Amino acid sequence: MADRTPAPDTPELRARWGGFAWTPENKKLADWHIAKYPPGRQRSAVMPLLDLAQRQVGAETGTQGWLPLPVIEYVAKYLDMPVIRVLEVASFYFMYNLKPVGKFHVQVCGTTPCMLRGSDDLIATCKKRGMKKGEVSDDGLWTLTEVECMGNCATAPMVQINDDNYEDLTPERLDAILDALARGEQPKTGTQEPGRHTSEPLGGPTTLKEMVHENHDYRSEW
Amino acid sequence: MPKVTVDGVEIEVPAGATVLQACELAGKEIPRFCYHERLSIAGNCRMCLVEVKPGPPKPQASCALPAADGQEIRTDSPMVKKAREGVMEFLLINHPLDCPICDQGGECDLQDQAMAYGRGTSRFAENKRAVTEKYMGPLIKTIMTRCIHCTRCVRFSEEIAGVDEIGALYRGEDTQITTYLERAARHELSANVIDLCPVGALTSAPYAFEARPWELKKTLSIDVSDAIGANITLHSKGREVMRALPRVNDEVNEEWLSDKGRYQVDGLTRRRLDRVWIRREGRLQPGEWREAFDLIAAVLGADKASIAAVAGDLVDAETMFAAKALINACGSQLTEARQTGMTYDVSNLAAVNFNSTLAGIETADAILIIGSHVRWEAPLLNVRLRKAVKAGARVFIIGPEWETTYPATFLGSDLKILNRVPKELGDVMKAAQRPAVILGAAALARGALSAALKLIDKFGLVKEEWNGFNVLHISAARMASLMLGFTLPGGMAELAAANPKVLLSLGADEMDYAPFAGALKVYIGHHGDKGAHHADIILPGASYAEKDGTYVNTEGRVQFAEKAVFAPGDAREDWTILRALADALGVRVGFDSFDELQAAMIAAVPALGEEGLADFGALPKADSAARFEGEIAAYPIKDFYLTNPIARASAVMQRCSQELLHGADFKEAAE
Repeated sequence: MADRTPAPDTPELRARWGGFAWTPENKKLADWHIAKYPPGRQRSAVMPLLDLAQRQVGAETGTQGWLPLPVIEYVAKYLDMPVIRVLEVASFYFMYNLKPVGKFHVQVCGTTPCMLRGSDDLIATCKKRGMKKGEVSDDGLWTLTEVECMGNCATAPMVQINDDNYEDLTPERLDAILDALARGEQPKTGTQEPGRHTSEPLGGPTTLKEMVHENHDYRSEW
Repeated sequence: MPKVTVDGVEIEVPAGATVLQACELAGKEIPRFCYHERLSIAGNCRMCLVEVKPGPPKPQASCALPAADGQEIRTDSPMVKKAREGVMEFLLINHPLDCPICDQGGECDLQDQAMAYGRGTSRFAENKRAVTEKYMGPLIKTIMTRCIHCTRCVRFSEEIAGVDEIGALYRGEDTQITTYLERAARHELSANVIDLCPVGALTSAPYAFEARPWELKKTLSIDVSDAIGANITLHSKGREVMRALPRVNDEVNEEWLSDKGRYQVDGLTRRRLDRVWIRREGRLQPGEWREAFDLIAAVLGADKASIAAVAGDLVDAETMFAAKALINACGSQLTEARQTGMTYDVSNLAAVNFNSTLAGIETADAILIIGSHVRWEAPLLNVRLRKAVKAGARVFIIGPEWETTYPATFLGSDLKILNRVPKELGDVMKAAQRPAVILGAAALARGALSAALKLIDKFGLVKEEWNGFNVLHISAARMASLMLGFTLPGGMAELAAANPKVLLSLGADEMDYAPFAGALKVYIGHHGDKGAHHADIILPGASYAEKDGTYVNTEGRVQFAEKAVFAPGDAREDWTILRALADALGVRVGFDSFDELQAAMIAAVPALGEEGLADFGALPKADSAARFEGEIAAYPIKDFYLTNPIARASAVMQRCSQELLHGADFKEAAE
């Protein structure tokens, strides 16, 4: 499990992020999220707002983004709620980074299906490239995190890099993706298995075969 | 009213009851950690599992399951036994085996329930989790490895205290209870989380490693730190009060206690007056009782009536009655308890009483607070007001702004605003079914009582089964002193104008001694505080913990406190000092024992003999000429933690004041 403690509250952190405020576009978005809820229930919007704040920090720092304590306090103030309640949410969900991350946050799933399909090799591949768990690499590009199930078990093993999933990986395929990202290209997302579109069974369907091309009423066959 | 069967016995339970409550009604004990009657239901400890039919064939958390008609509940089946053993084993997986060095030992829910419902052994051989300690302020000591994540403390601070500062960070096995950035818990009820904590994760810092619960003598007492009269138990070891814990009394304090009432007790052993002192050549020097009494008699001489008495904020009714008996026996009527110089009319005590009652104010739907910093003057009343607001009440406050724990509208500090009631306030008060006005000490000091009585008709405060006119006192002795008639119409000014030769000060530490420069000032009290500094003679008395006594709280509730320990050194119970002084002055007061004194007091004021609410009759007619005048510039309490001589002597209260109110930084000693 990743170390989830927030980045320490230092004067440097306060100096860097103490003046955080929404950009005009994000302010519009934040208010749009708040407006989804009845008046007085604005704190229901805490999760989208934290995500928005993380993305804004990411845009400012050229990374995936993270949540410094002053930014968490800003969100709490914006929603008029106690800051401890916001920190509870931010520390609960892994999608909120409490420490700085690199430009590409490589989240390798290590839960059982992915592990059985070779996620250990993927982690080894990442480490061979100089990534360390929970740390930003020296060139500022990479942060490696081992995470729990991301719900792509049918196309295991998988990694999530920032907002995209890459599935059906082998060490070679992962290397190719990371190389492409390092060059500034956008590799194909989703499954990397040739001939596979999404998470359909390899080698064609094994059930509901008549449904492949047209709708089929099975009821008479029961 | 659903009918359920608990272990084969059919009972009827109130609508809305949970299965856990149904089991309790049937007399079955259900183990629990997270469930608490006064907090919201969390359902996360799983200790209260029972078997319920109809329902899924698995144990159910009874605390979060509504009781429904026809349910068959079993608390004694093999499934339940196994489930409890399983939950207990899981809870103990990460719980350290440090009961021998844990302050909760002997009064620990986890310990007790592990004994009663646990397996006796653990099959867990892996490493245990360890959690770093969290700083929560000078009162709460944390050993977070012991925490079982019941979240009672989180729910208390959010729901009851109304100060969201404790939270559960991270998730799963990594969950940690902490305040934001480990800041100190900053409210007046913070230490109640120590009582709520079912394990030893949150324990009392000042009481750390002081005593074991089974060594302590428990004495039923009454808190004197404010006028609420919270019911407490004093736990003493030998001659020392080790701690004060709240007792359950739904009418008064529910089961909470303010931090001051809880932690001022260490002040009972500091700065104590434990011998007679007599001022000679400008300096207080040790003296003898005989000497002191002779000196008083000599100063008084033949003019015995030139004696006056002022009662302080902490004294009991018996002491005041004994003092009044002595003063009257000398032929004087000079007694006053409102030591800060207030002169409000006390001819009708209903007008200076908290008539809605503390429990009743919860049901008010519109509340106007005039000149009271409720959070500091009566933290336990503030809890009630928060409940009322949560049920939909609107609160308006006149006076300087303070941090409320509920939405409230401040209408400025000028009292004159009430001569022409603002429309917003008037509309709300008139539309309310149960409107209430709370008049605080700051308003009383501004002479607002007679004008406030006009609000009774204006807002319709008195209805059938409802009396919404309330005065909130801040002194534990106040209502008893008013019932005893320990007052003068002109207050302290009248007392000073009489220019008495001898002034008896019964623990009066907030009064101004300057007008009594010519008098022989005899201080009968327990702490070397302001009163003792001005005294010419100090006669050491007993504190509330060291004498039996009757107290009346701000709602007119007569309550009896018992003696927990003996007063230190030469100090005596106050009434014996006054009785001996009567002999020295050659007058008769009519009692020779505490029982006789109490009987005489009850004969004079029968209401003091009956525990419970005193009946003060109907409210007086308002004087139509009365007007609100002046401005409430400040509240009488400047520092919540240092309001009385015991608290001022308490090292814990001093540290709270410096750290929590004045921002001093205390570094933890390196271990």
